[in-house]
Amino acid sequence: MDLLAIIRIATRTLARNKMRSVLTMMGIIIGVAAVIAMLGVGQGARQTMQEQIQAMGSNLLFVGAGTVTRSGMHMGWGSTKTLIYDDMLAIMRECPAAQSVAPGSSSSGQVVFGNDNWATRLNGTEPQYFDIRSWPFQEGSSFTQNDVEMSANVAVIGETVRKNLFGTTDPVGQTLRINNLPFRVTGVLTPKGTSAAMGDDQDDIILIPLTTLQKKITGQPWLRWIMVSAVSRQASYAAQQQIAGLLRDRHRIRTGDDDDFFVRNLADMADVADQAGQVMTLLLASIASVSLIVGGIGIMNIMLVSVTERTREIGLRMAVGATEGDVQQQFLIEAVVLSLMGGTAGILFGLSASYVITKTLSWPVLVSPVVILIAVVFSMAVGVFFGFYPARKAAQLDPIEALRYE
Amino acid sequence: MVTNSQTETTHTGMKGAEPVILVQEVHKYYELGETRVHALRGVSIEIARGEFVAIMGASGGGKSTFMNILGCLDKPSAGRYLLEGIEVSSLSIKELATIRNHKLGFVFQGFNLLSRTTALENVELPTLYARISKAEGEKRSREALALVGLADRISHFPSQLSGGQQQRVAIARALVNRPSILLADEPTGNLDSRTSVEIMDIFQKLNDDGLTVVLVTHEPDIAQYAKRGIQFRDGKIRRDERTENQPRASEVIKHLPSLED
Repeated sequence: MDLLAIIRIATRTLARNKMRSVLTMMGIIIGVAAVIAMLGVGQGARQTMQEQIQAMGSNLLFVGAGTVTRSGMHMGWGSTKTLIYDDMLAIMRECPAAQSVAPGSSSSGQVVFGNDNWATRLNGTEPQYFDIRSWPFQEGSSFTQNDVEMSANVAVIGETVRKNLFGTTDPVGQTLRINNLPFRVTGVLTPKGTSAAMGDDQDDIILIPLTTLQKKITGQPWLRWIMVSAVSRQASYAAQQQIAGLLRDRHRIRTGDDDDFFVRNLADMADVADQAGQVMTLLLASIASVSLIVGGIGIMNIMLVSVTERTREIGLRMAVGATEGDVQQQFLIEAVVLSLMGGTAGILFGLSASYVITKTLSWPVLVSPVVILIAVVFSMAVGVFFGFYPARKAAQLDPIEALRYE
Repeated sequence: MVTNSQTETTHTGMKGAEPVILVQEVHKYYELGETRVHALRGVSIEIARGEFVAIMGASGGGKSTFMNILGCLDKPSAGRYLLEGIEVSSLSIKELATIRNHKLGFVFQGFNLLSRTTALENVELPTLYARISKAEGEKRSREALALVGLADRISHFPSQLSGGQQQRVAIARALVNRPSILLADEPTGNLDSRTSVEIMDIFQKLNDDGLTVVLVTHEPDIAQYAKRGIQFRDGKIRRDERTENQPRASEVIKHLPSLED
């Protein structure tokens, strides 16, 4: 019998029990739809995370003040006072993989403009910071190196701060008060959005000259962090090593002792985030695929019922010349047709579900053709796997017994 | 394969004709735990081309077992069975299926038609397993249905046909691959007497055209239409003789009351 004829017969047999066939397919439909939607959500999330990390600058390294333990008490990250401005200069001087550096210190402050006030992160740094982070201005410009040297009261604000304090007013040139000190706004940064890797609002920030922060707000002469951009993405790994080595030397840390700083590589973070995304995608897909297996068991169940119901038919087919192979093929193909039709319907449902998720939750959903191909192959495999046993059972019937079956 | 002595000791329907079925000392037993149940205890038969044989006997006499062996659905435990010179007992299960497809046509007591499948599609079933094209299979199926007088019923479902018509569809299905032998197992068991005679009429006409027909029945009325009667008892052949002056079913029908009476 040629394959086309068997497929036609299988389709017709299934059409005779429409309700039963559709209900059996339901398991596969739900399974495939779930796998497609979940893989889509996972892939979409992964892609978004990657884009955000790329936007932060993939050559970026973050050197932070480390933790210190004093009389058995852990002081937390940033508690050391050993990271200083000279360290930054040394990195620039001695690490060939480092392209540019920006020092920084952080605090927080209550910001007031007119009748509005806002609590935000306050970072002190130098103008090259904006280049390193490839963070352009939507209005105005950065404070200057001169402002840094003068410890001038000038500020660059993020989009969230602008929205909350200024509303429709043009902030550039306006004066706001940070911890009761007046600051003139020189520029507004373009919005960067929520960072997927860290989960915080990157636009909720005010940046002022490092010296201003150190002298007028915190009173702390040391640094909390240094931003470094490596010459290339590849070089960022080398830069990480060079910086770590250099700082250990400069801070006179003995072999075996812990660092009093940490160096984080954004390329690394991108990899970690990507892996996390991949794990999440796999997790979602494997949960979804459980329903595929359940669907497969449903197919097996119905095929077993079908074999029993059609025992006489099987006996007859054998009597008129069907070989064991013919019978097995017929039932196997019936199972595969069931699962493939379910799979196809599942793809359509999955795509619609992805579309709805994208539209209503504004969560990006990415359904690649590969995923669809996998869904088709997988649902076919489910049909073969769960159809095999019933088909085998049918093929091994004794034609004499089968013909006598009541 | 066929020895002269064998030909002389067994009954021959038509002298000089090629034997279609040659059965020599066939035994069939089943192991049921400790006991061995003998269904056939040394059966030898030769059936020539063009014969019309009725196999009779009480149930348990071995006629069904014998029929299954003739139909290549079962293999003898001992002895030889040659179908058109082919040693059947040495064939694989797959080869047996091919033999059933090409050389044998089955008619059952319960018709065994596929429900919700048209008469034509039922008849086409054996052609699906033969190496012939779909078009050829359909052509042959229409011819077979015309031969049993159902040319105008090809798109009917079994549920829309009378018992006699259903059995005729089954006969058409048995004929569609142009078999050497038609094997009918109690073909009239589910039919009323008039319809039974109609079916026997078809068998007689097919036999007239040269088809070998082997029929199992326990009704002497039915067996009388065959040219040769073989009686089974306790796994052995008790009687094997030609039927003299068998009636023509077509004549008998004329004297039977029709269903309307």
